[in-house]
Amino acid sequence: MDFGPYLFLAFLEGTVTAAVLALTAVGLSLVFGVMRIVNVAHGEFFMLGAVFAWWCTSLISGYPALGFLAALIVAPLLVGAIAMVSERLILKRLNYNPEGTIVATIALLYIIQQLALIGYGPDARPVEAPITFRIVFPWFGYAGYKLVVVAAAAALLLATWFVLTRTRLGLLMRATQYDRETALAFAIPVDRVYAIVFAVGAMLAAVAAVLIVPIQQAHYLMGNDPLLLSFIVVIIGGLGSIKGTVVAAIVIGMSDGIISVFMTPTLAKIIATLLVAMVLVWRPQGLFGQTAR
Amino acid sequence: MGHSGKDRSVTKQAKVSRRTALQGLGAAGLAAAAQVAPGAVRYAQAQTSAPIKIGFQVHRTGIGAAYGRWYERTTNAAVKLINEAGGIGGRKIELIAEDDGTDPKRGAEVVEKFATQHKVDVVFGTLFSHVVIGSAPRAGELKMPYFVVSEGHHVASGKLNRYVFQPGITDVKSQVISMAPWIASNLGKKVTMIYPDFAFGHDHRNYFSEAIKKQGGEAIALIPIPPTERSFTRYFPKIPSSTEVLYHVMVGPAVLTFVKELGEHFGSKRPKIFGFIDSLEAVNLKSPGLDFLEGTYFWEGYPRYAQANQTDADKFYRSKVGVDDTGASLSDPKDIATYSHMFGCWETLYVIKQAIEASGYKSATLKDKTALIEATEAMKTFEEGKEHPQGKKIFNGKIHQSFGHQNISQVTGSKLKVVHRTSIEDGMYEAEGDYTKMSL
Repeated sequence: MDFGPYLFLAFLEGTVTAAVLALTAVGLSLVFGVMRIVNVAHGEFFMLGAVFAWWCTSLISGYPALGFLAALIVAPLLVGAIAMVSERLILKRLNYNPEGTIVATIALLYIIQQLALIGYGPDARPVEAPITFRIVFPWFGYAGYKLVVVAAAAALLLATWFVLTRTRLGLLMRATQYDRETALAFAIPVDRVYAIVFAVGAMLAAVAAVLIVPIQQAHYLMGNDPLLLSFIVVIIGGLGSIKGTVVAAIVIGMSDGIISVFMTPTLAKIIATLLVAMVLVWRPQGLFGQTAR
Repeated sequence: MGHSGKDRSVTKQAKVSRRTALQGLGAAGLAAAAQVAPGAVRYAQAQTSAPIKIGFQVHRTGIGAAYGRWYERTTNAAVKLINEAGGIGGRKIELIAEDDGTDPKRGAEVVEKFATQHKVDVVFGTLFSHVVIGSAPRAGELKMPYFVVSEGHHVASGKLNRYVFQPGITDVKSQVISMAPWIASNLGKKVTMIYPDFAFGHDHRNYFSEAIKKQGGEAIALIPIPPTERSFTRYFPKIPSSTEVLYHVMVGPAVLTFVKELGEHFGSKRPKIFGFIDSLEAVNLKSPGLDFLEGTYFWEGYPRYAQANQTDADKFYRSKVGVDDTGASLSDPKDIATYSHMFGCWETLYVIKQAIEASGYKSATLKDKTALIEATEAMKTFEEGKEHPQGKKIFNGKIHQSFGHQNISQVTGSKLKVVHRTSIEDGMYEAEGDYTKMSL
């Protein structure tokens, strides 16, 4: 293939990766920013989203588009509910202790993964895309649905940004993130905000998974990769900074897409990890992060 | 913060009193006694009527799970048949299955568990080549006869050890040698290969490139893909436009995605495509997005669709394992078999039976194991029939490897139709080692 089309395909693949990654990582970043919790189980919420999507579409068989739309609503809600319950039962009881919650979410990772294995089984199961069309470029064909994923992810990110900056709930979240003690003094229900933030973080991962599952199939181990990449993105972007997370997701997604096409995907991962090391050495707070007060 | 944490752990440690420690010890002792007792009682019974214990190392989870499910069904069906017919030398088979998670490290642990806890007579059934390579050294150290159903060339390469056998399925080197002449004369000589980036895929890469060169062809591009990969479009631009034949072999949970994305990428403007059915094992050929495969070719170890000239042995085997004429499970038409591989479990169990009976094996002593290994090495051929439904095999005792017929099928009307069946000799090669010279 010539260089031009080659680069174009790399660009397309990078955009898809970046879009889904941004959505997943924003969830992780939000939880860290507001609650100061490193949620190691984030990837498993992603996986659960995909598994529930498969379940929804298999219940409504015959109409892939209808089943998928149902999944787009039901799967994140279910995952959000699970996240909220685990927040109440586990994280709250640990008093949001930073070390304690890391260990607890590692345990949560294994519990969710093994429950998925028991309930859903070890197989990769396909979910049919709501719309299938193939865009034919002169040099190669491309799945149209992938571009739909990009558009949907961008819309969801905008919605998240809107909620955070233009609504009362967003204001409460930002106030809690800015200074927990003062927020408490101003009678902000910090406890409830925590529960909502944890659920919303998980729901963002779940919805990203619903979008990607017609491309990748649902599998109980699929949470590992998004977890690693989300951490890379959140660290580079600056822990807790939503803007930084989105910018870093685009950088990592694009470079992953382009390096994997021209070199190898393994090299892309190596470079991303190296970038994290560089950021940690020279700018530990991340590109857009603020130094701790 | 750090200080208070330390203090807490200190107080907790201090709380472990002598009484709780004693209670713990007592419980552990009881548990140990309970574990030993049943085994000890059974061992006291007459040895000749005790069952032959076969440890079944199975990929129930991990990337090999679809294969594992069908390996287990096939194995259970064969064990049931053998037991109904009187077992092995009058002794029933007791099958003990352990999941290895398709993971080499756990694979070695499972072998160890079979030897030390379950005290099995032989271990059998491993498929994925990295698990075989991870487990085989431990089997050798424990002097445990280890019968794999893996396809990989590692057994026949002579690089494992004397305890490892692969009598039920042909290895990759033999498969690709027998495919190359047909590909070169019917499809084209400039081949691009896409394969998984681990031992099994490397066997394809090494031996097919070599084999196609002998036919005057060339592997013009090699594209390795990590077996855990979930998206493949980014690899396809590496396929040179001068490619005449695209050779693909893929494994893992994402095989359907792989083939679908291949179709999206090429559409109707595709090169000739020759795949190993591994890329579509456990996947329905009628899945949406696979129409572009119409007219392409696949290697099949054992034809998934019942052919016009179906043998009685295949009818019998299909019905016992629970597979219909299209390769789907009788109880769930969505559950597609790994038909080209799982027959190896069935056939290997009959080889184990034959070897144990021929060697006069009684119990897991070094003397009996030696006799078992030597009896297996002395085998020459397995005739086609109900015990070997895939077809006749020639066994080379020096390299512990069987050689059999291979099939090339064309996708016709979303079904696989066999267009060529190789002779056993097409896949023969010079032995690269000799296990019989190794000490036991």
